[in-house]
Order: sequence, then C-alpha cells, then structure tokens
Amino acid sequence: MSEEIKTIKVTIDNITIDVAPGTTILQAARQIGGDVTPPAMCYYSKLEGSGGKCRTCLVEVAAGSTADPRPMPKLVASCRTGVMDGMIVKNITSEKVPDARAGVVEFLLLNHPLDCPVCDQAGECHLQDLGYDHGKEATRYQFARRTFKKEDIGPYIQLHMTRCILCYRCTYVADQITNKRVHGVVDRGDHAAISTYISKAIDNDFSGNMIDVCPVGALTDKTFRFKNRVWFTKPVDAHRSCTTPGCCGKATLWLRGDEVFRVTARKDEWGEVQSYDGKTGWICNTCRFETKKTESWTIEGLTAISRHSVIGANKYKTLEMPSETVKKVMNGMNPKLLMDIHSVSGVNKPEIHLSEINGPAHSSDFKK
Amino acid sequence: MQALTNKAKQVSRKPMSFMEKLYLPAIFKGMMITFSHIFKKKPTINYPEKQRPFSPVFRGLHILNRDAEGRENCTACGLCAVACPAEAITMEAAERQVGEEHLYKEEKYAAKYEINMLRCIFCGLCEEACPKDAIYLSETFTPADYQRKQFIYSKNELLIPHPKENEEAYLKALGNRPKKEIVK
Repeated sequence: MSEEIKTIKVTIDNITIDVAPGTTILQAARQIGGDVTPPAMCYYSKLEGSGGKCRTCLVEVAAGSTADPRPMPKLVASCRTGVMDGMIVKNITSEKVPDARAGVVEFLLLNHPLDCPVCDQAGECHLQDLGYDHGKEATRYQFARRTFKKEDIGPYIQLHMTRCILCYRCTYVADQITNKRVHGVVDRGDHAAISTYISKAIDNDFSGNMIDVCPVGALTDKTFRFKNRVWFTKPVDAHRSCTTPGCCGKATLWLRGDEVFRVTARKDEWGEVQSYDGKTGWICNTCRFETKKTESWTIEGLTAISRHSVIGANKYKTLEMPSETVKKVMNGMNPKLLMDIHSVSGVNKPEIHLSEINGPAHSSDFKK
Repeated sequence: MQALTNKAKQVSRKPMSFMEKLYLPAIFKGMMITFSHIFKKKPTINYPEKQRPFSPVFRGLHILNRDAEGRENCTACGLCAVACPAEAITMEAAERQVGEEHLYKEEKYAAKYEINMLRCIFCGLCEEACPKDAIYLSETFTPADYQRKQFIYSKNELLIPHPKENEEAYLKALGNRPKKEIVK
C-alpha cells in the first residue's frame, strides 16, 4: 500500500484549500492567489529564514484548528505561522486586519524619507504599493526623520540607508547565495543600519541580487542610477549563456530604444525572483552590471507587466517598431520631414550613450 | 408635409408700398443704428499696450520653478512626462555633484528638460502631477514663430528668472495664478 500523502484543510477568507503540513498561512494564501494573499515586505520564499520582521502580513485566525477551535487572541504574522487542520483565517474579510496593517505601514514609513521623486525604485517599489493599497493618506509624523552618513558600498550597488525598512532580505542573500558575507545589520533599534564592516566593498559575484530582493529603494543599481525612470524603460525577457556557475542567464532587460539601461532577474507574480525547475533564477554580476549590449543577449519577447502597473504605461505592445509607410506608398520616396527632432532636441542625443556611463550621469556628461 | 417645428415663417410676397419703394428711409434707419455705436463704450482694447486680466484658471506657457534661494526645484522624477497626454515632455536626469548645491535643490536634477510646444495641449496635467512644485503653467501665451524648431522649449526658455538676481522678472514670471498646496 502506497503511503498516503497527508494534507490538511485550511480556510482563508472563506476559501478552503488542502495544503501539505508545515505550510505557513502566507504560503497557503499564495496557493489560492489573488486578493486573499497578504502583502509581504520581509518574507521571501526563496530565502530561508526570512520573514517575521515587517508584520505587514498580519492576519486574523478565527479558529485555531478543528481540535482547538478557539480563535487566536492577537493577529498573527502569516509568514511565520504554520497552518493547522481546520484553521480558519481571515485576511480581507477581517475587520481588524486593514486597520492593523495601516498601522504597520505607518510604522514602516515613520523614518522613510518619502523621496520617491528621486528614488530609482519608484514604480516598482513594494513599499509604495503597500502604502497606496493598505496605508493611510497622510503622515502624522512631525519630527525629524532618522538620517545616516552616506556610505559607499562598492561600484555596483548604491545604498540609501534612510530608505531601508530593515527586512534583512539582503543579508539572507549574502548568507545563502554568496559564499562570503561582508555586510550586515549593525547597531540596534533606531540606529540599526545595513553596513559593510569598515566600508568594505561588496565584490561577490552574486551580490547584485540584493538589489532584486530589496523591497524598497535602499539598495539600487548604481549603473542605472538616475539614468531613467523605471516606467520609461521597456522591459524585455532575454537570456544569454553565462559561464558563471550558479547563474541562470535569464534576465529582464530594461531598454530605452536599443540601449540596455538595466538588467534584473525576472520576477514572478509576488515580486520575487523567478524559479526555473525548482531552482531560483539568480543572476551574476557579470550579467547584471557588465553585459549592457543588446547584441550579447537573445531577446525572447516583452515582459508581461500588470495592467495596473505604471511600468506598462505609454508602451507599444509589440517588440517591432512601427514601420514607415510613406516610403512604401510613395514609390520609394522618403517623407519630407518638416523638422528632424534630433537636430533640435538636446534630449536622447544619439551620440550620448547613457548605458555606457558607469554610475549616474553628471553635468559633464551632457556637455559633449 | 407637416412642419417639424412651429418656427417656420411664410415669406411675404406682398408688393412694396410707396415708402418702401423709396429705399432712403430704410437706409437712414440702418445708418442710425450704425452711427449710434460711435457713442457706445468700446469693447476692444489696445493690445498689447493694454492687456486684459487672465482668468484664474488660464493655463499658458510653462515655467520651471526655483526655490527662494534660486535652486531648481525639478528632480526629473518623470511624473509630468508620464502624465502628459500629448507626450510633449522629455528629460534626462543627472546627479548633483559637490559644488552644485547652489544650483539644484536635490541630489538628482533635470540636466535636460524639454517641452515640445507643438505637441503640448496646455491641459495642466504636468502641473498637477508635479510633486516638487517645479512646473507651472504661467499667464503668458506661447509666442508664434515662423519655424517649427523654435517650439522645442528647453531649460533655457523654461526656467524662471533667478529670484535673487532678477526679482522683478521672477515675480512677473510667477504670475498671480493660485498655486496648489504641496502635501508634505
């Protein structure tokens, strides 16, 4: 007789699902998907031990289990609470959860500088989404926000400690994906900060993945810094054969015209790095920071972007450029341009290649 | 056929009377109306010596604002460009370097900022989208020109005069339009 796979029943927002024992409420909710899933800022399914820090995934447990159907007295963090047979969980149907979550958002934003107009993460920032979806309209905080001395952590990654929400995801990346961790969270409480010991540069091959796991703009791509806004670049899926062991070579290129402005790992529906055949698709720093030529990549097609995302705004929905029809119907005669925009405009000059500048552009770069 | 409305009037085909045949009384009557306008108040004004006040909701040429110290407010966040229905706004951002603090308010600024006035429809959505109090539609018209290339307005044309170096021009460019409140 074959061994029976034991599953347990859990009801989340009146939807019942069978899951394997040991599943957390958040994972069970993700199996259902949609609005039922609580948001998560620190939990990252691909990083072992993550979760339990930000408390945005709070849910109400209306009945603990069939054996003990008493409700749990307080809201619980769904990423760290395992399901029990017969558990009844309320997320969006709960009266307490939206209020508690708005409170959590307010706490997360206490020291957040709200410099979204400057921040490169804006448009794909989980804290932005969380604030708009679950937060309150205005801040009540009136005091000076926590600031830090600016720190340089290497040529590829830009650290903005003021934006950090201390989710610890980046330290898990360093621990689990790279072989040597040179950064961590130092100090405690309000002073807690991500730092490299004695400002040591992070030069591991997979350190760039910290940028992808960072839910906010605390760790951003220095080679993309201020180059363009996320929603003006066009994401395409591409791959290349990468020789670095452990690198999957599958990435999303963020294009502006034919220029590759940024390379990131591909993200799944939860904003996490995609898995291929059970293996997480981390990419190496060579792919991410040094392969910024379209020729080096095989472009597969446009990245699917949610209809509700600003990133999909004002984009052609095909890869091919719309072709010029005038020449075809006018027996090969080119259209007579009343004005060539490049001869007048100073923006997007064909001779200035922003993707070839390491780090942000400066006033000197535009004086050519 | 039944008429659609009751406003139709039957044309009178009666032969003209003697007074009507004279014509002069009717001409005189008409000229009376014409000459009476000489003594009425003139509705025209002598533009450009005299100018009418703009409506408070008038939306004219854009200005890029500076703060009280004369630093540029714009951080090239791109919200105006993404809000623009005519796709008239383009920009390129750069990082502020040490020594440029008196020029730009924040660490990121618009190194290039262009509005294509041929595309612009003066809807004011850029002003509404701006989180930094940086772009305003002022109380001036876009001047006419003979060439298309004159309508690509770059930062040279758009930036407001320096409030300390040229206060008069600054206040004039700022205009009297009510400014929206910035939510901090």
